[in-house]
Amino acid sequence: MNKQIDLQIPADSEVIIGILNNSDSVLKRLYLAYFPMVLQLILNNNGNEDDAKDVYQEAIIVLYNKVKRGDFELSSKLKTYIYSICRRLWLKRLKQLNRYGGDIKDFQEYLPVEDEIEKHQDRDMQLNKMENALKLLGEPCKTIMEDFYMHSKSMQEICERFGYTNADNAKTQKYKCLQRLKKLFFQQ
Amino acid sequence: MERGEAMREEQLLEMIDRYLNGDMSAEECAKFEALRNKDASINEKLAEHKNFTGLLKQYSERLDLENRLNAIHNEIDVHTLKEDLMAHPSLIVQLWRNHHSKISVAASIAIFAILCTLYFTGDLTNKDPRFMELKREVGKLKQSTENLNRSQNNLLHDIKSDKRFANPGNFRGTGFALSSNGYIITNYHVVNGADSVYVQNADGESFHTKVIYTEPQYDVAILEINDSTFKNLGTIPYSFKKAKSDLGEDVYTLGYPGDDIKFGPGALTASSGFRGDTTEYEVYIPVNPGNSGGPLLDERGNIIGVINGKQTQTSGAAFAVKSNYLLKAIQNIPADSLSKSFNLNTKNTLAGLTRPQQIKKMRNYVFMVKVYNQ
Repeated sequence: MNKQIDLQIPADSEVIIGILNNSDSVLKRLYLAYFPMVLQLILNNNGNEDDAKDVYQEAIIVLYNKVKRGDFELSSKLKTYIYSICRRLWLKRLKQLNRYGGDIKDFQEYLPVEDEIEKHQDRDMQLNKMENALKLLGEPCKTIMEDFYMHSKSMQEICERFGYTNADNAKTQKYKCLQRLKKLFFQQ
Repeated sequence: MERGEAMREEQLLEMIDRYLNGDMSAEECAKFEALRNKDASINEKLAEHKNFTGLLKQYSERLDLENRLNAIHNEIDVHTLKEDLMAHPSLIVQLWRNHHSKISVAASIAIFAILCTLYFTGDLTNKDPRFMELKREVGKLKQSTENLNRSQNNLLHDIKSDKRFANPGNFRGTGFALSSNGYIITNYHVVNGADSVYVQNADGESFHTKVIYTEPQYDVAILEINDSTFKNLGTIPYSFKKAKSDLGEDVYTLGYPGDDIKFGPGALTASSGFRGDTTEYEVYIPVNPGNSGGPLLDERGNIIGVINGKQTQTSGAAFAVKSNYLLKAIQNIPADSLSKSFNLNTKNTLAGLTRPQQIKKMRNYVFMVKVYNQ
């Protein structure tokens, strides 16, 4: 089974192009290629498989956003980059849980990635605030916001879905919902 | 008024939404851009709105990506993978990994405790309680104050009469001459830690000596008489045997366990000493503290060893350093430690004599070693 995964490891440049093109198959191959490495890191450092999943997915998201922003330079191996991010994230998590024993058992060389983690977690906090604000918003506002701003549906579609006869009413409703969402967001 | 403003804001945001979505016609678009150029507050509003809705968009993308990743993750057989990864380390290795700091602390405490126990029970010193060195400790504690008084008196006395004081010394052993000009061999443990060492001959004359060489691993020390009253001893009657002696040979020793020289007859019983030490013989000879450093001779008057200890659990078993190790030690003396020529006697004049005649000739060459220290 290991061998099969080894054979499927995609070339680093292939991964970058794949992410830029939203390729599902490349994302899958990337994910499968390096998960065992991260699982090993976490299991051997006071974590379980669920911790490994969380840390690994967060690292993939960091990589994904970096590539999408266009500032990913292939100066090191992708494997090393992913390992470094996971290592850093897990160290932070261990410290938060007070489970950090003072050393971490490494399986790979790693890069300093503190700044990137910092940037990522700032953004993550904003997104979490948005998630909470949306949860508090209630219906039908939540769906209107999601449909229009997140899923890029047209006002026409939204009118039909909610049975608004007057397009202006729908627009007013959308405006009011947005104001409430902003209020909930900035209140946090 | 307020209501009007809200209306204006609503309309403005609607316009911005349409603008950002690309829903405007070319004409509307040009009009809106002209408005933006004219009014900075509209530009600000646009940036703020774009930022906030951008966050919504990002949140949407994040959710989407998470869903994709979860879908992929669900295809992995994490359980099997985990087994594969964790199959190698045994339970002990895992225990070590998880608890190595605690184990280390516990181990250090245990080692410390063991060392303390060993130290306080005396097992850490090299001395085996079954082995007894045969130097004679002469009432050390009782005499310490006495000695102070006496040495003071003696000093006064000495100045007046120029006579030697007869302090018995803190320790005693035996030594014997290696050469006629005053080189004497004894045990290292007899003179170890000494402040000054005197030798006393059978006539009761004492001579000051200097320890010129020691070889602790064979328990051997070489002394040199450096006293102005010392006269040449005359030709040494015994020689040193280089070959190994055989079991069952009649052997004897001379020594000073007391104030007078004492003869100790016996036999060679083993060719290795205490705990199988091959540098020593085991001999069956009655020896006492004070015999240390005495010569071990065979029937023909060859020196075959130096008495250095006895076993406390087997009565009568004593040990002697083999003569070839004495010779080795003698060879090892650095040349610059010797102030006189050192010629080891090779001619044996005792061979044909009876035991009492041998002893009569020998006694002038065996000395009591007196050791003074604090």
